[in-house]
Amino acid sequence: MANQEDIALMEHLLRRAGFGASRAQIEAKAAQGYNTAVEELLDPTAQPALEEDIVLRYNPVYNHSANIQTNVQQWVYSMINNPRQLQEKMSLFWHMIFCAGHSKIDSGEEMVRMIGMFREHGMGNFRDLLMRLSTSPAMMYYLDNTESHKVAVNENYGRELLELFSLGVGRDEAFNYTEDDVKACARAFTGWNNAPAYPPFPHGRSPWEFRYDPADHDESEKTFLGETGRWNGEDIVNLICKQPATARFLSRHLYNFFVADEVPVPSWRQTPPKDLAAIKAMEKAYFDSGYDIKAMLRVLLTSDFFKAPSVRYARVKNPAEMVVSILRMTGDHCGEVKPGLFDISEEPKFMGMDLMNPPTVEGWHTGHEWIDSGTLVERINFAAEYLGRTDLPGVQDMIDRLMARGQSLSAEAFVEGCSDMVGCLNMSEDTRRELVTYAQRGGALRHGTAAERAEFTRRCSEMFQMLAATGEFQFC
Amino acid sequence: MASKDNVFVVLSLSGGNDGLNTVIPYTNGLYRDYRPTLGIPADQVIPLNDTLGLNPTMAPLKQFWDAGKLAIFLGIGYPHPSYSHFRSMDIWHTCEPVKVGTEGWLGQAMKAIDPQAENVLTGVNYGRGLPRALAKEGVPVASVGNLDTYGLLTGIEGQDQRMQALDVFAKMYGPTIGRDYALSYIRRTGTDALKGADILATAPSKYTSKVTYSNTSVGQYMKNIAQTHLANFGTRILYTTSPYNGFDTHANEAAAHAKLWADVSETVTTFFDDLRDHQASDNVTLFMFSEFGRRISDNGSGTDHGAASVAFAVGEHVKGGLYGEYPSLEPSKQEEGGNLKYSMDFRSVYSTILEDWLGLAPEPIVGGNFERVRFLH
Repeated sequence: MANQEDIALMEHLLRRAGFGASRAQIEAKAAQGYNTAVEELLDPTAQPALEEDIVLRYNPVYNHSANIQTNVQQWVYSMINNPRQLQEKMSLFWHMIFCAGHSKIDSGEEMVRMIGMFREHGMGNFRDLLMRLSTSPAMMYYLDNTESHKVAVNENYGRELLELFSLGVGRDEAFNYTEDDVKACARAFTGWNNAPAYPPFPHGRSPWEFRYDPADHDESEKTFLGETGRWNGEDIVNLICKQPATARFLSRHLYNFFVADEVPVPSWRQTPPKDLAAIKAMEKAYFDSGYDIKAMLRVLLTSDFFKAPSVRYARVKNPAEMVVSILRMTGDHCGEVKPGLFDISEEPKFMGMDLMNPPTVEGWHTGHEWIDSGTLVERINFAAEYLGRTDLPGVQDMIDRLMARGQSLSAEAFVEGCSDMVGCLNMSEDTRRELVTYAQRGGALRHGTAAERAEFTRRCSEMFQMLAATGEFQFC
Repeated sequence: MASKDNVFVVLSLSGGNDGLNTVIPYTNGLYRDYRPTLGIPADQVIPLNDTLGLNPTMAPLKQFWDAGKLAIFLGIGYPHPSYSHFRSMDIWHTCEPVKVGTEGWLGQAMKAIDPQAENVLTGVNYGRGLPRALAKEGVPVASVGNLDTYGLLTGIEGQDQRMQALDVFAKMYGPTIGRDYALSYIRRTGTDALKGADILATAPSKYTSKVTYSNTSVGQYMKNIAQTHLANFGTRILYTTSPYNGFDTHANEAAAHAKLWADVSETVTTFFDDLRDHQASDNVTLFMFSEFGRRISDNGSGTDHGAASVAFAVGEHVKGGLYGEYPSLEPSKQEEGGNLKYSMDFRSVYSTILEDWLGLAPEPIVGGNFERVRFLH
């Protein structure tokens, strides 16, 4: 039987390495033990894959759809239902770094292909992932590498590959690369292009295809990060991967996404990491394993710096986490395909995260910058609406568990129990005081008779809603 | 009584409005050639002069024209047009046609109007999700999906329960001193949101009117804008968007476009009737635009994404008339790909609005010095 701390730790793990879970699932996993859960997350094939054929049977329109909303829906469905939660979480992680957006790509199918690539390879080898990214037709188009030629180099991909996708501008106040490195990098990627598109008629759009054109590649000698040779794109990827800066950059991103909100990426050159020892441990795993992302994740998820109470609730939930974790907690749209998913998949956008369409190649600003007066109203109302629905299996189960805590609950125990159920264990004293006062006003909390049970149920849903409205609930 | 500060209202026509079938070069032979299916017969057009006329469904707007209160911006656009809805709309929102901008022009305007964000309702958007035009860090903007139900914790049943809950909310969000930065920030934001929602919620009950708005999304949101303006909250910027991509008329344009403009024209008329009944129209200017126009040639049923289009300003202080030059339909003078070439940069119109209507320096907001189009007096 898992104790309170086991449950709290498991909740933390599932919130960060996945999109949360129902109370019942959390307790079951906690009973199996933390390390078992970590290994399960790290080995996606140990879990059944998402049954995509069921989704397609109910929604034939998802199949090869060019429409962006359809593809966002498909992704949100997958976030809610994919048993391979860490894999799904990593698809979001990479989407937030390797940003390409529908605003330019204008093809839902290409966006979902890119997300699929992140899902499938996002826990593999980083060198392999960078090669896949550099041969992704959507990315080649998004960052204008399709416009980069031997005789007229376009530096967009070459620059962003270094600045945003691998090395980062700098670290420890120094710069990681020079403008000459950018130029060399861009020249090395000339000829990395897309095949001409087939006309869409009469068979509809066909998937885009990467094509390397040796005739359009600048074969001349280049000096990149101090090494000289007739570098092609693949050589550049190899040179990038062996840089300590790359290990640092990846480790900080993993820390920011899984452990605690960091300062915004552009400040990383001047601002040291919050927890240098944690970063160093992940950097070591990166090199020891030959650039294996999973090895870094294993270090992260099993380390004390991840389990520490001080980093719990040290991140502001991003909108996808907010929406999906509420559905998984309450059990709506879990394990069933039904109408209403379209509206749900629009919610992250209302909260400032238009999935598959990041505002720029730099991605979204995270942390407290998710919150403004408009998005906060959306976040609170969404969470409160679902947590107030006592017809949902997850909500009903939480109420049953609260009833099992005793014939009659004090206001303090009631607030404590409700916050435990919805995973809001970071309540400040003043918030707790207000909620206890609120609970006291309603009088005794009993559930002996049918009438008492109905009232108890109502007051649980009310308290869940109040908890969803707290500032503290915005964190995970 | 109402503060007499000028108020700027935007109705964004999402999807790419077909400018060529909105303000129609009805005597131009090329128009007939390029629009074999969708061309509006000359005898149906509402003439503005010997060469240009309005789409027949825009009859209600003609009264503003006749009264000298409708400005029409011809050939409005920007260099190197984007044919993507999102990107082009972003360019209109941020005034950044080359690099990708994240701050909106009206967000920056609000910051200049109310630097300390003393009024949480300086800007209000009707529709869910904030258009980037209004985005700027530190600028609170209420984004209202439905004014009648807008607010926090709207899912709590029972008026008394909800009032109690909001009371607790206010107390929970009150203390912000000495906490970690993110939670303090969230609490300040929550307090702003609650304040804004509380004030906004009073608008419908203060409002009485003789007019009836059409029961469409545009009609209802323009009614909400009137309600907000008439409630005297000190709101200076009011924004709404017609249903997402509604003007994206790739197919069946003849019926769809007519219906869209009938609704917009009727709603604009109702809106100004409403404001005039309340003696509250004098400080309001309405601006309508779309992210791009459409291809010159029709495709047999609709039109594909294009470049330059038309935009409109309506108001008591608008000097009615045609501004700019209608783009040529001559093949040699077209934008690449069979589109209308812009002759007026939208940032010229924005600059004029900022300077002449909102009393702000336009250069830092639109990113440069653009020739003014003096359409306001």
